[in-house]
Amino acid sequence: MESIKDKVAIVGMGCTKFGERWDASADDMIVEAALEAYEDAGIKQEDIQAAWVGTMWVGDTGRVLAEPLKLQFIPVTRVENMCATGSDAMRNAAYAVAAGVYDIVLALGVEKLKDTGWMGLGDVPFPGTSRGIFGSQGFSGPSAFALLATAYFAKYGLSPQEGKKMIGMISVKSHRNGAKHPKAHLRREVTLEQVMSAPIIAWPLGLFDCCGVTDGAAAAILVRAEIAKKFRPDPAYIKALQISIGHSQGFARSDFEYTSVYETVHAGKAAYAEAGIKNPREEISMAQVHDCFSITEAVIMEDLEFSPRGRVKDDVDSGFFELTGGLPCQTDGGLKSFGHPIGATGLRMMYEVYKQLQGKCGERQLKNPKLGLTHNLGGFPASATVSCCIAGL
Amino acid sequence: MVGIRSYGAYIPLYRLERSEIVKAWRSPFPVPGEKAVANYDEDSLTMAHAAAWDCIRGIDRKEIDGLFFASTTSPYKEKQASTIIAGAMALRREILTADYGGSLRAGTIALRAAIDAIKAGSAKNILVTAADLRLAGANGLNEMFFGDGAGAVLISNEAVAADFLGGYTISEDFMDMWRSDRDTFVRAYEERFIREGGYTRIVPEGVTAAMNKCDLKPQDIAKFACFTDDPRHVNAAARILQFDPAQVQDPMFMTAGLTGTAMPLMLLVAALEEAKQGDKILVCGYGDGCDALIFQVNGQIENVRDRGGVKNHLASKRMMANYQQYILWRRLMYMEPQSRPDRPTISLSALWRDREWGLALYGSRCKKCGTPQYPVQRVCLVCQAVDQYEPYSFADKKAKLTSFSHDHLAITEVPPITVAVVDFEGGGRLTCNLTDREPDETKEGMDVEMTFRWMHYVGGVHSYWWKCKPVRF
Repeated sequence: MESIKDKVAIVGMGCTKFGERWDASADDMIVEAALEAYEDAGIKQEDIQAAWVGTMWVGDTGRVLAEPLKLQFIPVTRVENMCATGSDAMRNAAYAVAAGVYDIVLALGVEKLKDTGWMGLGDVPFPGTSRGIFGSQGFSGPSAFALLATAYFAKYGLSPQEGKKMIGMISVKSHRNGAKHPKAHLRREVTLEQVMSAPIIAWPLGLFDCCGVTDGAAAAILVRAEIAKKFRPDPAYIKALQISIGHSQGFARSDFEYTSVYETVHAGKAAYAEAGIKNPREEISMAQVHDCFSITEAVIMEDLEFSPRGRVKDDVDSGFFELTGGLPCQTDGGLKSFGHPIGATGLRMMYEVYKQLQGKCGERQLKNPKLGLTHNLGGFPASATVSCCIAGL
Repeated sequence: MVGIRSYGAYIPLYRLERSEIVKAWRSPFPVPGEKAVANYDEDSLTMAHAAAWDCIRGIDRKEIDGLFFASTTSPYKEKQASTIIAGAMALRREILTADYGGSLRAGTIALRAAIDAIKAGSAKNILVTAADLRLAGANGLNEMFFGDGAGAVLISNEAVAADFLGGYTISEDFMDMWRSDRDTFVRAYEERFIREGGYTRIVPEGVTAAMNKCDLKPQDIAKFACFTDDPRHVNAAARILQFDPAQVQDPMFMTAGLTGTAMPLMLLVAALEEAKQGDKILVCGYGDGCDALIFQVNGQIENVRDRGGVKNHLASKRMMANYQQYILWRRLMYMEPQSRPDRPTISLSALWRDREWGLALYGSRCKKCGTPQYPVQRVCLVCQAVDQYEPYSFADKKAKLTSFSHDHLAITEVPPITVAVVDFEGGGRLTCNLTDREPDETKEGMDVEMTFRWMHYVGGVHSYWWKCKPVRF
């Protein structure tokens, strides 16, 4: 088994303004993200030899991408892997380049969530099964992840108030970072008191523990590493692309404690091995992780070995994940500030890593970051779809 | 000899004080007491299931040859409810199921039919379960009178705890309370006509005839367990029949309300719970005539004491906050819908295909590593053994709450719904809803038991599945 490390480079990226894009269609956002990426890479659309598009709900087949961009009969593949969709589109694109089949490819993720007329995400349909009938009523995203909070607080002896304070501080940090990003959806700082007293969405999670529901698109131009410098002096090289899929273990096995998501542990370990990382807490410069809910971020920090098991609170309290901390996390504000247009999120995270590596992040800019990690967690904590990607100079 | 082998009952956890109704409508009739109110996720079908489940405790489900469901409030007009109940109980497929309705007497009609079938030798064990959840117009006396509940008896010719001595039936077209095919709420004619023209004429006639048939006198009857549509009417009938007030089984008007079709069976169960060997119990169903059936308790009664029955269900209760909660649970007012998508339609082929593990909450236990798992897994979750499993019932297992969330975003008319992760005694995990709970009292580690509940209604289909609830008693 070979490693993807340093075989593929990102030479251009684009990201739309994330938000409630009432005035923009999915097609509009695809064009917006793609054109920025072309310009950034200094290429024309006709240079692209193949493309991958990640989306959960926008449409079917590669035409989701080909039609708005008028791609001229090149291969386009639609990828869906729930919240890891954008990262998986990039992963597939990178593998095609690494295989030597293509020199220049496009990976683009898009989601249009605000055309539904309801709050939150819709129910996930289960065609071909009776899970919508013989299954828990409702079970929204917030309650699926709130199960982590209830169990985590109980296992580590945190009262609901202490637990809510810990995850509340995570949201305060992310809002603070997101307020500094012009493309973020939610650009206002919040206080811990606001977070703690917000209406409950799914106990114990309140409004500010949940990420937004948002429209957006993001894109990357990937090329073979050996030709990357022809495009720009500061490409970002892919160090690891890993994905781990659950098999419903946590839904049916009593030994699943709801305090760790196994897929994150698996994807993290595999990514560290692929990138040759021995001590992620020390070696990773920054992480953009899947903070769909504040508790998710807390658990991810332990699953990715950034914090010792059961001790993430110490790192939250000490500011370890702040822009000024030892391992800045959600430097662009995360899902908390950017919202979560499913197909776009993974590539939006990579956009931040890429821009940080190039030193283009203004008042959010970190000092000489070398390695950035992105992480997506789709599905349910009990059975998830997790991606873990690492890119660096 | 044919008779009652076992009994069971179900009364919802929640009670509404009648004073709340009086307060809501500024009613001039301060009716005392409280009524049992089914939770929003309960209906006649689920309550009948609960009573039947209680009734067959300790009895092999495979012995049951028939299941009769009696109610005037079946969830379906054209579709059998008894097959759903039988499916949820994992009864055998080659049994006789029947729905009895159309009259508040349906409970005792089903009882008679079961007795006759067993006497005729076409079955050995028939489970009769009756439930009602009747609606009456707001601010009327019947809204205050009606309560929700269910009763069940297992009629058998073996291990019988109360022998059937005999009975008498009158059929007479008599319009006193009714609901047409266009009605949601029960209609009633003038009260004096109901009492003088019907009830106190027909009931004494039928009961006297039944006693005569069995060569019994009023003083031979230990308990007179009789349906009534008004707490005063049964006392009037008892006076005519020369029963002492002590002989009249309490109609539970003050504690549960008048439970319609379920009432004769529930009162019979209440009488059986207190009965001694030799006691004769006269159960009477009323509506378009009457059925009077007499049973004599024998020594086997001590073998079926381990039941929830009427007594435990009555004692275990929660008071509802107010009348609005009742309006909400019975869907009597247009509520502002949640800002959520419509439910997808039900796949009836998937519903049918998965009926055993879905409806009856059966999972699999791996024969290689022994792990119980839900739903049925062809490939074992733990050891990956392929197709080496046996069916495993979770519905009768106790469990503990491992994690939960009160979900305000989930699609439901009664938010928040509680999502629960439960781990069963003996192994196995399920994610389901926690019902009959107080959010503030929900704690990880608490003991729960399974309960068959109504889930939702989409495209004319009522869906049922299992939830967990705090262990009730």
